[in-house]
Amino acid sequence: MSIETAGLGSVAIVIAMALVTLATRWGGVFVMSYVPISYRVKQFINAMSGSVLVALITPMAVAGDNGARFALLTSAIMMLVVKKPLPAIAAGVLAAALFRQL
Amino acid sequence: MASPRPELHHFDRQLVWDGFKQLVPISLFVVAFGIAFGLAATQTGLSEPLTVAMSTLVFAGASQFAALELWGAQVPLLTVLLTVFAINARHLLMGATLYPWLQHLSTGKRYAVMMVASDANWAMSMQAFSRGKPGLGLLFGGGLALWSFWILGTWLGIYFGSAIQDPKSLGLDMVMGCFLLAMVVGGEKNLRMLVIWVVAAGSSLFAYWYLPENSHVIVGALAGGILGAFWMESGDEH
Repeated sequence: MSIETAGLGSVAIVIAMALVTLATRWGGVFVMSYVPISYRVKQFINAMSGSVLVALITPMAVAGDNGARFALLTSAIMMLVVKKPLPAIAAGVLAAALFRQL
Repeated sequence: MASPRPELHHFDRQLVWDGFKQLVPISLFVVAFGIAFGLAATQTGLSEPLTVAMSTLVFAGASQFAALELWGAQVPLLTVLLTVFAINARHLLMGATLYPWLQHLSTGKRYAVMMVASDANWAMSMQAFSRGKPGLGLLFGGGLALWSFWILGTWLGIYFGSAIQDPKSLGLDMVMGCFLLAMVVGGEKNLRMLVIWVVAAGSSLFAYWYLPENSHVIVGALAGGILGAFWMESGDEH
């Protein structure tokens, strides 16, 4: 189904996008309210919370350019050394910017 | 850790304000993303009010950029909605991971807080919980910071977007990646977690290459989570 973006069509698309996104924000909480939180469920949640991040970042590093890889590497090292996120992020962004000027 | 200590789900005005302030520095980077989005939307032909409305109501950058890719005189609604769902499905997992603390709030508050759940404030609140600090103020206050700066950035992008013509050459596309990586590196580190991460990374890549587009986050996260459910920490309670 295609929608004309002239007039109210585009407003309808934005509202539909907003509703789908809201459903993703609420859905996980809604489902969990029916799941008893056992020790195993807790371990699942705990393992999943780190895995979400890893699953987001890995393709960025593998499919990205060398600037992206260099940025991620720099940020990881900075985080291990200084243990503060903001300097680590700033260093990563700077690394990508410098690398891409070359 | 049968149930989180009661003070961790503490939630009041002061914690929300503290959370807002803690997320302001990263929100400044979000302004830059917003500028890039406002500019791209204008170039795609979206009207100014519609662009601001999209950032305000949807508040999920990656999916908004993807919608622009599909935008034209005619828009395939189902394709747009499926793409938006696939990109934002990670929110489902975030809601689930927050539930042990959210369950102590009233239903209204619980869902109100989740309206502004996003990568950065979710990661910060999970880190707070893992350090034994209250995290729901970070989630909601930080979310309000990210949301307002995202709208501000979008607006700036519409009017002054041409100032940042190439956000990539300034490394701005790496802000979120570096932030999330810093959260991973700053988190719990042991052999079990390391193996879980390797499995998550491997399955995410597999999905990225061989499964439908945008499925990699869900696949990687679930693979890591399932491994964690079977290889449990030898905790003091079972």
